[in-house]
Amino acid sequence: MADTLVPAGEDAAVKEKHLRHHFATAEQQMDAATLGMWTFLITEVLFFGGMFASYAVYRNIYLDAFASTSQYMNVVLGGTNTAVLICSSLTMALAVRAAQLSNRKHLTLFLILTMIFGTVFLVIKGFEYHSKWVEGLVPGIHWSGYLEHPEFAHHAQILFSLYFYMTGMHALHMVVGLGLLSYLLIQARRNIFKATYFAPVEMIGLYWHFVDIVWIFLFPLLYLIGHRR
Amino acid sequence: MTTHTTHIVHIPKVSTLVLVWLALMCATGLTTAVSYVELGWFNIVIALLIAVTKASLVVWIFMGVRHTTNLTKLFVVAGLVWLGILILITFSDYSTRSWVYQAQPWSHGPGNGAATK
Repeated sequence: MADTLVPAGEDAAVKEKHLRHHFATAEQQMDAATLGMWTFLITEVLFFGGMFASYAVYRNIYLDAFASTSQYMNVVLGGTNTAVLICSSLTMALAVRAAQLSNRKHLTLFLILTMIFGTVFLVIKGFEYHSKWVEGLVPGIHWSGYLEHPEFAHHAQILFSLYFYMTGMHALHMVVGLGLLSYLLIQARRNIFKATYFAPVEMIGLYWHFVDIVWIFLFPLLYLIGHRR
Repeated sequence: MTTHTTHIVHIPKVSTLVLVWLALMCATGLTTAVSYVELGWFNIVIALLIAVTKASLVVWIFMGVRHTTNLTKLFVVAGLVWLGILILITFSDYSTRSWVYQAQPWSHGPGNGAATK
């Protein structure tokens, strides 16, 4: 790929005290940070993997009930949220790029845009949860059971439990991500990040993209498995 | 350090990032559209194929794995292998339970493999 190659001076990194004494070079420090972040993300993959595995097992057993119940998911809101998250991933990637280019103005702009997209996602999610509550589709707390196919009422609760656990854990990760982005924004305003030091922006970017990937799988598996009328 | 080494930062082109974004948006539209076509068990295969493609694009370009060290790439693959083990062994349990319990009179309740048709 014809990417721009910019040499980042190590002398500058040492001078600005960003290079910790236990690392030989700034490159080694960056590689270590990336590896550590990915190790954390793998634990996250397995954390969500447990929920995806239980989803797969139950869907395999109650295929018809899941297909019938998935019709109660709001495809328009779910699809909109998928688009919103993909946009937020783009702005996050552009924020990392701005930090690499020492462009503070663009970094601030793209961090704010990412936070706006993240907030829009959570607001839409909130409306979805609200309508599920109104329709009585919250298992264990507010379950009316007025389904088109009452014979699936028992197993429909399994799908909705999985829906709330999985999207709930995902939304919690979004809230944590918004907190991390606020931290980045404050640091960016203090002009901390530049071409010689942008590791926090890149690491939090990795986390944000990971949360996007989880939703990329949640959207088809929860919203798009229904029989269509 | 006696020699002055320069380390290289890979800065993605804006056009690359926008192209990936466009591809992800199109794939989202495609997966939604395909779900309205009744294809039986093939629906979930297509949905997962599209999702895996989208996730790969995010990992490779947005998360910049293409420019990371081989060790990091190995870690990413190892994570996927462990996810595979998690799903494979869980399924080998649940899909074979009915083989063992089929003949047992107490196994005909909800919540075990024997209850499936």
